[in-house]
Amino acid sequence: MNFVATLRIALLALRVNKMRSALTMLGIIIGVAAVIIMIAVGGGAQARVEEQIRSLGSNIIMVLSGSVTSGGARGGIGSQPTITEDDGYAIGREIEEIQAAAPTLRGSGQVVAGNANWSTVFYGITPDYLEVREWAIVEGRGFEQAEMSGAGKVVLIGQTVAKNLFGDASPLDQVIRVRKVPLTVIGVLDRKGQSMTGQDQDDILLMPIGTARKRVLGSALAKSRSVGSIMVKVNQGADMASADARMRELLRQRHRLQPGQDDDFFVRNLSEILQAQEASSKVMALLLAAVASVSLLVGGIGIMNIMLVSVTERTREIGLRMAVGARSKDILTQFLVEAVTLSLIGGAIGILLGVGGAMLIAELAGWRTELSGSSIVLAAGFAGAVGVFFGYYPAKKASRLLPIEALRYE
Amino acid sequence: MSGTLIRVEGLTKEYRMGSNVVPALRGVSLDIATGEFVAVMGPSGSGKSTFMNLLGCLDHPSEGRYWLGGQEVSQLSSDELARVRNRKLGFVFQHFNLLARTSALDNVALPLLYSEMPPSERRQHAEQRLAQVGLAERMDHHPAQLSGGQQQRVAIARALVNDPQLVLADEPTGALDSRTSVEIMALLQQLNREGITIVLVTHEHDVAHFAGRIISFRDGKVIEDKPNVANDAAAQLT
Repeated sequence: MNFVATLRIALLALRVNKMRSALTMLGIIIGVAAVIIMIAVGGGAQARVEEQIRSLGSNIIMVLSGSVTSGGARGGIGSQPTITEDDGYAIGREIEEIQAAAPTLRGSGQVVAGNANWSTVFYGITPDYLEVREWAIVEGRGFEQAEMSGAGKVVLIGQTVAKNLFGDASPLDQVIRVRKVPLTVIGVLDRKGQSMTGQDQDDILLMPIGTARKRVLGSALAKSRSVGSIMVKVNQGADMASADARMRELLRQRHRLQPGQDDDFFVRNLSEILQAQEASSKVMALLLAAVASVSLLVGGIGIMNIMLVSVTERTREIGLRMAVGARSKDILTQFLVEAVTLSLIGGAIGILLGVGGAMLIAELAGWRTELSGSSIVLAAGFAGAVGVFFGYYPAKKASRLLPIEALRYE
Repeated sequence: MSGTLIRVEGLTKEYRMGSNVVPALRGVSLDIATGEFVAVMGPSGSGKSTFMNLLGCLDHPSEGRYWLGGQEVSQLSSDELARVRNRKLGFVFQHFNLLARTSALDNVALPLLYSEMPPSERRQHAEQRLAQVGLAERMDHHPAQLSGGQQQRVAIARALVNDPQLVLADEPTGALDSRTSVEIMALLQQLNREGITIVLVTHEHDVAHFAGRIISFRDGKVIEDKPNVANDAAAQLT
């Protein structure tokens, strides 16, 4: 008996009891649609979280000035400026996993523009900084080479600063005074929003590192090349741990630290956030799997129930088929194919409904949903597996009938 | 019309009901030649149905041996028996046992589904058999659209579709009125004249008299086995 014939018999049997077949499929339809919608919504949520974390910089390593012990007292982070601008350049140049390294000098102070003033933080940066932070300039321009090397009196401002100093007016070409040093606004940074720790990332000024050191922060630092921190961006897909290790080694070399001597710098990265995100997506996946298996289980039990009824109802048909030469195997196949057909048709309808539902949710509720091909394949595969699993027992029962008893069955 | 088609020796069948063993057939031995038309008679409980089930390879005997067309079938597995039924046997039942919502043609072709015949030939074969029982015009009708007599004709066509060596008919007229019964019996008789061996179970003497040989059962044994002298007279009635 070939497969096409078996499939035809199955479809015929399902068509005979249209209402019943439809209701039986409903369990699978709802199950599959639920799986697809939940994975789409979950995927959307996860993608958003990932995006937020990426905007924070999950592949970013911070190198901070370390503590120096002097006279038995151990200073804290940054108690002594131990890392330099040149450390930053060296990292960017010599370690292949590093996409860019941006040494920065940080300061804070009062900013005045006309009769408005605002207290904010400012960073002295190198051109790599904007690349590391994936930060775009929405208005105006970035720093030019001459401004970088010549400690130009120019500044980029964040959205919050722009709003507080200039309101709705354009800040471009306006002069602001940072710690009484007049700087010209040449550009406005894109909005970044809040950081994970709740800080307003747009409340910021950026100026060339030389400007910060020589003009704004003052004479104490003017001659030294030291910086507060180096922000390092690791290449997409590169191994964070190895980049971290190679960077430490390079810095120890440059700082001429003996083996056994403590690092005079600190390295921080956002791996904790990554781990938290991984854990949360694991929980999410587990939750989805639980919901999916419950709904598909219920659908599967429905299929088994109806297949048992069908086998009982068609006992005489089974007897006849056996009398005219069907082997147990043929009967088993016939009912199994019927159950799988039922669940696969249900699965197909469920997929359509799920895809439609996910789109509807995106449209109506404005949630972000992400339909993945793998979730659709998974759902279809699951539906088929449910059909085989729950169809097997009734089919086995049918195949074990004795022909004379089945023929006599009233 | 020569050669032994069926040979049974000491055929015994016992059913177990709880701790009791109920003998249904107690050692039956007989031969049936190719081309015979045999009626098996007896009251209910006489073992005639059990005998038919064993002849039809639907059940295993408890003891004894059974050769069908020279092949011993009493020791075959269930799957092998299914194959024997598919190749060598045709069944006609009291209640027709046609598949509802399935055309007459597909009903007739059903046994071929389990054979190795290519699908293209199946239809042609089934059409031929339907024509043979006089239903060429009703191939696409469903059983519900056919009369009882027509349904039994479809069932007979189905029994013939695999060119069986033996057709087993279990009370084929049991669900039909007397007029239609005669028609069906005449059809079987005609098929027998064309060379098909038929074994028929009935409890009606009128029906049995269409056969050429009558075997009577009682208490699981053959009590009488004789040629039917009235056969020719009955045949002339039709």
